[in-house]
Amino acid sequence: MSLLELTGVTAGYGHFTALWDVGLRVERGEAVAVVGPNGAGKTTLLRVISGVLPVRAGTHTFDGAALAGRPAHEVVAHGIAHVPEGRRLFPLLTVADNLKMGAYLGRARKQYAETLARVYALFPVLAERRTQRAGSLSGGEQQMLAIGRALMSCPRLILLDEPSMGLAPVMVLRLFDLIRRVREEGYTILVVEQNVRQVLKLVDRAYLLEVGRIKMEGRAAELSDQDFVRKAYVGL
Amino acid sequence: MIDPIFLAEAAINGILLGGVLALLALGLNLIFGVIDIVWIAYVDLVMLCMYLVYFLVQVYGWPVWAGGLAAVALGAALGIAVHLLIISPILGSAPINQLLATGGLLFFLQSFATFLWTTDHRSVRLSLPSYDLGGIFLPLTRVIPFAISILALVALYLFLTRTFVGTAIRAVSQDREAMGLMGANPHRIYLVTSAVGGLMAGLAGALLIFLYSVHPFFGGQLGPLTFMICVLGGLGNMVGAFVASFIMSEIISIAGVLWSTEMGYVIAFVVFIVMIFVRPGGILARRG
Amino acid sequence: MRRALVPVLAALLALAPLVPMAGMKQYVLHVMIQILIWSFIGGAWSLMGRFGLVSLGHGAFLGLGAYATVLLWNFWAWSPWLGGGVAVVLTGILAAVVAYPCSRFQVVGHYFGLVTLAVGEVIRLLIIAERDWTGGSLGVSLKPVGGDSLWALQFADKRVFYYGALALWLAGLWVWHRVDRSMARSAMEAIGEDETAAASVGIHVTRFKIAITVLSAALTAVGGVAYAQYIAYVNPDTLAGIGVSLRIVFAVVLGGMYSLLGPAVGAALTIALSEWLRIAFGLKLIGMAETIYGFLLVVFIIFLPAGIVGSAGGLFRGAPR
Repeated sequence: MSLLELTGVTAGYGHFTALWDVGLRVERGEAVAVVGPNGAGKTTLLRVISGVLPVRAGTHTFDGAALAGRPAHEVVAHGIAHVPEGRRLFPLLTVADNLKMGAYLGRARKQYAETLARVYALFPVLAERRTQRAGSLSGGEQQMLAIGRALMSCPRLILLDEPSMGLAPVMVLRLFDLIRRVREEGYTILVVEQNVRQVLKLVDRAYLLEVGRIKMEGRAAELSDQDFVRKAYVGL
Repeated sequence: MIDPIFLAEAAINGILLGGVLALLALGLNLIFGVIDIVWIAYVDLVMLCMYLVYFLVQVYGWPVWAGGLAAVALGAALGIAVHLLIISPILGSAPINQLLATGGLLFFLQSFATFLWTTDHRSVRLSLPSYDLGGIFLPLTRVIPFAISILALVALYLFLTRTFVGTAIRAVSQDREAMGLMGANPHRIYLVTSAVGGLMAGLAGALLIFLYSVHPFFGGQLGPLTFMICVLGGLGNMVGAFVASFIMSEIISIAGVLWSTEMGYVIAFVVFIVMIFVRPGGILARRG
Repeated sequence: MRRALVPVLAALLALAPLVPMAGMKQYVLHVMIQILIWSFIGGAWSLMGRFGLVSLGHGAFLGLGAYATVLLWNFWAWSPWLGGGVAVVLTGILAAVVAYPCSRFQVVGHYFGLVTLAVGEVIRLLIIAERDWTGGSLGVSLKPVGGDSLWALQFADKRVFYYGALALWLAGLWVWHRVDRSMARSAMEAIGEDETAAASVGIHVTRFKIAITVLSAALTAVGGVAYAQYIAYVNPDTLAGIGVSLRIVFAVVLGGMYSLLGPAVGAALTIALSEWLRIAFGLKLIGMAETIYGFLLVVFIIFLPAGIVGSAGGLFRGAPR
């Protein structure tokens, strides 16, 4: 049984439908990407998975449990951590406090000290800056903190929404390196990205989402040869 | 020309009063920062707690500390009740409806109090010594409430910075949705915030009954002042509210001695209006 | 909904002048006059409220209007026509003084509401503080001129007041209608939705906001004058401060803030309710009438957020909430 499975998901905002009959799955320990142009519905997809947006049709199961329609905080309790687009850090709280909030759930709170040590080991920069306000960090550091915060909830699946957004190219490379390290720690990851080339180097499988529908799916290596990747590279 | 001793005394009284006002302002601010609703009837909750202390201590002879604890408990209970009965149902409504809901509560509480206890002023008589500090008169009835408020404010600070729930409350006031992504049920956080806000109202009531007499329209005096302190400090800004409490209490105290009590309030309110135009985000807002 | 209004309005207009003729009781006439005046005042408030400028301090304008006229008459025998003019000018200035910085410095929403609340309280406290000539909390009575006088705006016969109030209310409706139809309305709506976008299209945001505020304030002051002349007694708690300001807002929102007749419906309902409760409880159980009133207000707001006209309109249109 897949860790995360979506079938026939249709969702939208008001009169507007953003996703049509979307199906995907993520297996334990995998890293999967969802790529596609702007406005394809990638963020909507993640919001559906994390429970922020309700589905109009379709099923959404996580480790066997049906999660469609469950509110966000329950979805998190099941073990899905969502690193949102734009990070959504708490700007006036310190790095340490932001991480602390990641461990808000009872289950995570018990292992708070242990998890915190792991996160600081993974991201030494955060340990250095632990008393600094999150709002005053650089873009790359903020992304690191956002990922660290997600790790604090001891998740079984991490959703990353456009992690490279707003970062300088050098930072982007470092970021994907970091995500690779997180992946090596054993976390299952679902990444939504516009930076097709970089993300395909990182993941096992990928889906192409266009105008709210899954157009293509396959192993990352196969997809790298596809036209749309080359087109995206040229466009960059 | 006024005797400088009176001015100094007024200044000190201002500080002593400021402590209790800070309790009110911070309680209201906490709720606003997290839930984004202004409880227009906040000080009327204080009024109810004042009545409780009056009846328990003055009429039934309870010891002061017991009456105070009861007021604090009532405050927290009222906070929770208001949130569940009035705020929760209108969380998604237009802000004007939210204002009116708590405004209606204000009418309700003031009239109900009139019905139950008439408009007579009630006060608790405590004979406590006063200290003479070089000609300045320092009654213990003012000093002790001030000391207690400061202790309470320190406790609040520790709660907000050291505990999980307290930090969560601060986080929600900065980004509500993001806290949901951490697995926190926002409604539970609202409830805790309302309870804490109510608790502070209860404590303020327990302290104020020894400084002022209570009557059903007590909220009419201190209510607008509390809102103004909050706005002056920047709505939702705890440190700002703390500072603004003392600024306003000083103005009221000193102007009250130089002219009349009402003029003291008038001047404070005018200063407030001017300050809003000079620093629209509140006195501690960063520019730009 | 617009089309439904015309026959309703026509019916009201046809019946209204006949009201005092049927040998109606003085008391009912008294209530009707108050409903008309408060509908007018509510309409004035809604000129601001419908565009997102929620003022919690209209008591300031009401109080200024009422007190200016009464005091000028009592002390210097100025006719209320003159006194009213002075009142309108004073309120206009106050409104502009408050509106200009609010607009320039983007004081909106909660902040704006609380600033206006402060202004309302300042006026109320000033009236109380200067008790030597304003009478303080005890209020001031209008010096009677003895008999009817158009110049002094005092009449022994309530029916004159009735027609006067009716004319006033209709004038208010006309103003509302004109604002509704004008460029100002589209401009204000644009401002309400997105100030920056509106400004970028060339809409002079500040000018519109100030204009609407001054108009609303001036009309409210006129309402205050009308009230003072009719009741012949003014008091800072009934005419200034947060209490009366909230009541005005309540009535308008309950009736429906965005419609022509909303303020009137709201005023009629709240006054009728208030009077009925007062009579039902009489002198026993002092405060119980107001308690129930407050309770009902809260219940209404929770369950009828669009107001009565708004909800009824929704029913006709089948509009989704």
